Amino acid sequence: MLNFLVRRILTMLATALVLTFMVFWLTNLPPNLEKLAKSEGNARMTDAEVTSWLERNGHAQPLLKRYGEWLGVAPGWTSERGGVVSGRCIPRGASPGDSARFCGVLQGYWGQSTVFKAPVSEIIATRLSLTGILMFWVMVLMVPSALLIGVLAGMREGSKLDRVLSTASIATTATPEYVSGVILIAVFSSSMVGLKWFKGTATSAMEGISFENFFLPVLTIALYGMGYIARMTRASMSEVMTAQYIRTARLKGASFGRVVMRHALRNALIAPFTVIMLQFPWLLNGVVIVETLFNFKGFGWTLVQAAGNNDIQLLLGCSVVAVAVVLVTQAISDLGYVLLNPRIRVP
Amino acid sequence: MADATPILEIENLSISFFTRRREIPAVMDFSCKVMPGEAMGLVGESGCGKSTVALGVMRDLGRNGRITGGSIRFKGREITRMGERELRALRGREIAMIYQEPMASLNPAMRIGAQLAEVPMIHERIGRDEALARARAIIEDVRLPDPDRILQAWPHQLSGGQQQRIVIAMALMSRPSLLILDEPTTALDVTVEAGIVDLVRDLAERQGTSMLFISHNLGLVLDVCDRLCVMYSGEAVETGGVTEVFSDMRHPYTQALFRSIPLPGADKSARPLVAIPGNLPLPHERPPGCNFGPRCDHFVAGRCDAQGIPMLPAGGAPRHHSRCIRVDEIDWNAPPALAATAEPTPPGEVVIEASDLRKYYQTAPGLFGGGTARIVKANEQIDFSARAGETLAIVGESGCGKSTLAKVLMGLEVASAGTVTLNGEQIQALPVERRGAALIASLQMVFQNPFDTLNPSMAVGAQIIRALEIFRIGSSAGDRHDRMLNLLDLVRLPREFAARKPRQLSGGQKQRVGIARAFAGEAKVVVADEPVSALDVSVQAAVTDLLMEIQRKNRTTLLFISHDLGLVRYLGDRVLVMYLGHVVEIGSTDQVFAPPYHPYTEALLSAVPVADPRVNRKRIVLQGDVPSAMTPPPGCPFQTRCRWKPQVPGDLCESVVPELRRVASGHRVKCHLTDAQLATMEPVIEMAG
Repeated sequence: MLNFLVRRILTMLATALVLTFMVFWLTNLPPNLEKLAKSEGNARMTDAEVTSWLERNGHAQPLLKRYGEWLGVAPGWTSERGGVVSGRCIPRGASPGDSARFCGVLQGYWGQSTVFKAPVSEIIATRLSLTGILMFWVMVLMVPSALLIGVLAGMREGSKLDRVLSTASIATTATPEYVSGVILIAVFSSSMVGLKWFKGTATSAMEGISFENFFLPVLTIALYGMGYIARMTRASMSEVMTAQYIRTARLKGASFGRVVMRHALRNALIAPFTVIMLQFPWLLNGVVIVETLFNFKGFGWTLVQAAGNNDIQLLLGCSVVAVAVVLVTQAISDLGYVLLNPRIRVP
Repeated sequence: MADATPILEIENLSISFFTRRREIPAVMDFSCKVMPGEAMGLVGESGCGKSTVALGVMRDLGRNGRITGGSIRFKGREITRMGERELRALRGREIAMIYQEPMASLNPAMRIGAQLAEVPMIHERIGRDEALARARAIIEDVRLPDPDRILQAWPHQLSGGQQQRIVIAMALMSRPSLLILDEPTTALDVTVEAGIVDLVRDLAERQGTSMLFISHNLGLVLDVCDRLCVMYSGEAVETGGVTEVFSDMRHPYTQALFRSIPLPGADKSARPLVAIPGNLPLPHERPPGCNFGPRCDHFVAGRCDAQGIPMLPAGGAPRHHSRCIRVDEIDWNAPPALAATAEPTPPGEVVIEASDLRKYYQTAPGLFGGGTARIVKANEQIDFSARAGETLAIVGESGCGKSTLAKVLMGLEVASAGTVTLNGEQIQALPVERRGAALIASLQMVFQNPFDTLNPSMAVGAQIIRALEIFRIGSSAGDRHDRMLNLLDLVRLPREFAARKPRQLSGGQKQRVGIARAFAGEAKVVVADEPVSALDVSVQAAVTDLLMEIQRKNRTTLLFISHDLGLVRYLGDRVLVMYLGHVVEIGSTDQVFAPPYHPYTEALLSAVPVADPRVNRKRIVLQGDVPSAMTPPPGCPFQTRCRWKPQVPGDLCESVVPELRRVASGHRVKCHLTDAQLATMEPVIEMAG
């Protein structure tokens, strides 16, 4: 088991390196850098001026060197101009002697956002925590109800209950968030229907969440993911219910409830568990639409801002977070699979 | 006995399954009575309704099944009218069931202890600790070693035999009065089966449990049961005490079934097989009157198909009944009409020869990097030769390497060492894709499972023509079509079948197509890997006879792989016994089936249930399971289970692999026992009187 963990972590690190390098390369393509020079310096720069600005700010170095600096394994660049030494690791006004030689992601320095004029780490921390709250409530709503629907539908395949629940879950999964979100807003918060139970915007939720301002965005995301997980759970459950060991349990004299809870459930949850874990990375990106729709300035909204404004450092920071979330949830999913399935755990 | 209330009394039971299109009767007018402490055998081929009766007693027929008539009384209480709650109290506590596939019957995500303890926790509402203590005691009762470890184990950590013991333990947890066993040993090897059968009989005797024992194996029923009921196509056809039925058969089907099974106690000249003509009728295509009528030698039109046949008293013994309207007219002791037996053909030149053949596999390291790569020795030092027109039977239990040997011969695997010579050409290193058309055509295979080896979307005739094309036989399409029709004649299938799809054929017919395909290129050597074990007993004999007849005609060398010793004795000229990858004994059929034996052959022979009450059989029950080929024992492969080991001086058995030593002309045994010790062996199977 320990061996497995060590190997698993090593592969994760290697994957993370490759993925971040690819993002770094794509965001640091020459046209992007040129755009950066013009937006940071002067929009009417000549090509020669652009080149010298890039040289002065360390962008003209080889790609690998720049990636190493960003990562924090290569010493930061320095350049001297008119007696003043500036460099990647030297804050404005500080003396070069007091500054560290290395400054990168590993040292906790994620760069400066050009759009928000603030450190990337700060922006990501606030935005990610907002999205984290959203994701948490989505999971709280989505996972138990999806599992419940799936188990109820799958335990008696072909029954009326199964047909109703299956139809509902297909319908919710087939409806994209920008459709269901608009419908929900129209029904529950506009004067068109007049219910006005909830707020159609989640802006106030950034200060403090309440059932009124947060339920609609959570429901919009949850509905979409719920149908998918419920379908997977149902398929898995109905297969387990026809297994011979279920007959064994039934002919032991166990009641239907006991058969479902003690014998079928654990075996039926092995497959959907992986799917649930796959939902985390999907949520991280899937929130873009809902955050925009409900004007909730979280991670998705930040990502859109960074991409739209050529904010290279912020974009890189976002990608590091995304890569980390994907890898960690996949590792948890594999571990959970092993824990749920004794056939893999104990040879 | 007569005035005691029966444990189980089934009267005129009918069970049907309902599909959208029609009602399919699975069991019709079935009656039987099980007295306290009695073991009742339910025998029949697949589809005869015997398992449906068992599930009917449990009232677990699924959503489509329904009891349409009759009554089932358990200790005088009517089961057919019980509610859910009453049924639950009955299941597991009063009536318990043991199933065919032990691995599938145990919950893979629950520890053994929890699964066992659940039974008394449900029924007697006792605490978990008390229930676990009882589970531990029961595990000891079913003679499993190290009960504490087993309580904590998961099902997949146990071997097949151990799993079945756990299923038995689970059934006995609440000391039921009736035990239903549904083919409890069909998925197990014969030496493991012998241990399980012993255990069941012993436990039932001690606890006074009644048994309903379902099996297709007549020999097993004779071993275990007091009474039996033979079923055919949804009906009971004969019922009575085991000895009465076996010595005084009073139904043509029982007699035909008995005569179509090869017995390890008799050779082919003394007791030829008589195949039952035709096939089992489908449930919705049953004939009027007697269901067995169309296949029966004693059929009389106008009487047997005039009306439903009731159960009639038969044979004079009380409680012996037969569903045959001519029960008093037929001369039951008339010997079977014999087909002309062909003279055995003298064997010719050596066609195929293996010398010091070995096949090793390397296993991948464990899933999570734990464990290192290991060598599995699937075949070790295989030496044999087979002549033209000869049948060499290869016997052994699962995991002995007999299928690996077939794969190496066919070129599906390449040998690790040694040689295989076919007609003077060395082929051990040629994988099948590099073999020429002529070589492939001359070395063919008949597969175990005819259901999976035919392409479901291609007509039968087209598949045979395809084989002819691959073998480059026939000059034109027309020529190949004619050859295909001749091949259908050869395997006695009507020529119309050429246009049929495999799903329109029965199992036996499919296997005939498989045989036609194998012989399409006039094969010199045919490897038949358990060719009839997936077929019903009544069609096995016909397919076996067909195979032998074509072999005689073409002077083909037949390598017949089987676990069925009766069949091997019936058709083998010579026999090769394998254990854990080694050839432990090889010789002519008479030599192998008579002492001196290899100790493993002795145990194997004694473990086979024989469906003949006149046969006396010595019981040698092997301890434990076959060791894993990944960690074979040092020295002799059989030393861990051998009962003769104490007679060999020193630790010879544990340290040295014995030589395959010649004990008589053509008879070789891989054993350290001396000739004098081997000479003291007694025959395992003897005909009394």
